[in-house]
Amino acid sequence: MARIVLNNIAHRYASSATAAGAADSYALKPLSHVWEDGGAYALLGPSGCGKTTLLNIISGLITPSQGQLLFDDTDVSHLPTEQRNIAQVFQFPVLYDTMTVAENLAFPLRNRRGSNKLGNADIKKRVDDALVMLGLEHLAHKKARSLTADDKQKISLGRGLVRTDVNAILFDEPLTVIDPHLKWQLRTRLKQIHREFGHTMIYVTHDQTEALTFADKVVVMLAGEVIQTGTPEELFRHPQHTFVGKFIGSPGMNILSCELAGDEAIVEGCRFALPTRYPALSGNIELGIRPEFIRLVDTGKGAPVIVTAIDDVGHHRIVRALLGRQLLDIVVAEGVAIPANPGVVFETGSIGIYQNARLVSASFAEKTT
Amino acid sequence: MKSWNNKAWFLVLPVLLLVAFSAIIPLMTVVNYSVQDSFGSNEFYWVGLEWFQEVLSSERFHNALMRNLLFSAIILLIEIPLGIAVALAMPRRGWGVSVCLVLMALPLLIPWNVVGTIWQVFARVDIGLLGYSLTQLGFDYNYTQDTLDAWITLIVMDVWHWTSLVVLLSYSGLVSIPPAYYQAARIDGASRWAVFRYIQLPKMRRVLVIAVLLRFMDSFMIYTEPFVVTGGGPGNATTFLSIDLVQMAIGQFDLGPAAAMSLIYFLIILLVSWVFYTVMTQQDADAESGRGHS
Repeated sequence: MARIVLNNIAHRYASSATAAGAADSYALKPLSHVWEDGGAYALLGPSGCGKTTLLNIISGLITPSQGQLLFDDTDVSHLPTEQRNIAQVFQFPVLYDTMTVAENLAFPLRNRRGSNKLGNADIKKRVDDALVMLGLEHLAHKKARSLTADDKQKISLGRGLVRTDVNAILFDEPLTVIDPHLKWQLRTRLKQIHREFGHTMIYVTHDQTEALTFADKVVVMLAGEVIQTGTPEELFRHPQHTFVGKFIGSPGMNILSCELAGDEAIVEGCRFALPTRYPALSGNIELGIRPEFIRLVDTGKGAPVIVTAIDDVGHHRIVRALLGRQLLDIVVAEGVAIPANPGVVFETGSIGIYQNARLVSASFAEKTT
Repeated sequence: MKSWNNKAWFLVLPVLLLVAFSAIIPLMTVVNYSVQDSFGSNEFYWVGLEWFQEVLSSERFHNALMRNLLFSAIILLIEIPLGIAVALAMPRRGWGVSVCLVLMALPLLIPWNVVGTIWQVFARVDIGLLGYSLTQLGFDYNYTQDTLDAWITLIVMDVWHWTSLVVLLSYSGLVSIPPAYYQAARIDGASRWAVFRYIQLPKMRRVLVIAVLLRFMDSFMIYTEPFVVTGGGPGNATTFLSIDLVQMAIGQFDLGPAAAMSLIYFLIILLVSWVFYTVMTQQDADAESGRGHS
């Protein structure tokens, strides 16, 4: 187990090297990040944002174009995958077809050479433990190729879990092929395993539910760049980027283009109080407010909106409304009446101001005014 | 649901007719000859299974059969591993791929008798580049006189001509393996040998079944090349079943025994191919039945 440090790591795929120099040609923009020992991280972002590239750089399947990778204090930038002692689980199950389930699980242990070599008794014990952990005891002596996709993917997971001394376990959207009701079970199982053994785990996904339920810390990526790292709570409360606001939460954050006037924001001619004074900012200025922090009030109070639709999603309703020309989502609790021509009030403390999609921090705003 | 539809048979009729004329009727003619003796041009007598007994008990047939089995065994033992090895060594991307594929396809495009002629001349000790060079280097090589030399020449020729087929089939099997398998193997710390043994070989199994079947059938039926190169000699050293058959049917005009021998020859190929196929696809069948119980 180890603390993993990325030091100014960046990657460009060979085919895009012709556009050398252009910042867009990076699959992964220069990035420094520390994965603490024993942390459960989720790497969240849309398809093609560089999540898998980053994961493969850590495991050594890809050599980054620049930068340094440290496991604890050892520089592993140039070590081959085999010597990094990393476990990685891929999107689709990878099995050794001719082996039984137990042999598949034993394979990474049997490949060890030299001082790491394990005796047969040790191997058997670890394989048995992994079988129990994954609930596969009854299949131990079946040929792996005859199993269902779910069980195959469990074996792929198991090949990572038998190696109790790995530096980290990396998951690359491992539950894609798994049935929805099993996803919950397996994710819970992974959390248990994490609590029990304290491996550093990095879990790549583009599903926010998966990320938020699995991880202690979520790293959000967009277009080859890490835009925010934080606990699920932090991502929800204080998105550093409009993308995080929209991506996390259901429905996502309302992002409204606005103008600033001291400690007020003007959206579509309506004034909203801000938690602090902001200086005059250039660029694209937006106001972010989560649907949970907007209140509907009676006609004549607040900023007037036109309700266009109401979705009942069970324990609450989502009201879609127009504030001038901009769409708003508002969460309204079950049983609360929705006025005919309502107004809206924003909870002042929950408003964020974004300049060119990035949060303008309140402390920066205070200092400069 | 109706399980029998008389009209549907009309749709199958053209195929039935084609197969009848191309396969069934010629085959029945051979069956017809194999149970009769003929005098002159048009007098036939029923002899039952006499020709079959004669062929099966003749030493000439035994010897030719043994030569065929030995030849096919050697061909498979050389061409399959060599083909796999060459396929593994071929590049997976870049300009080298097309170059290799074209080079590999070249021998396959040459007609059998041309291949025979090429090697017949190439290996001659008086004017052939190979034969002359070997003799000048001090080797006692002459495929027209020495049994071993004749065999080596035929085997090298067949390897040159047909290993490409195994290479191309293996290569197609190799490139269809998803990269995730190689990545997982690196993660699991597998050695180069383990990657071959547990990933590449199992994934190539289906194409290798085809390669083994094709190379067995072709090498067991070999005719043109030995006919052109050695003519079955020296002595009877390279007289394979096919050459023997042609001598019997056309050279000696023994239609009855030749027909019986054709049928036996045909049945042997069918039987051995079936055994190969069954053994090599056994694993699939096991896996399918296993799925039902799990």
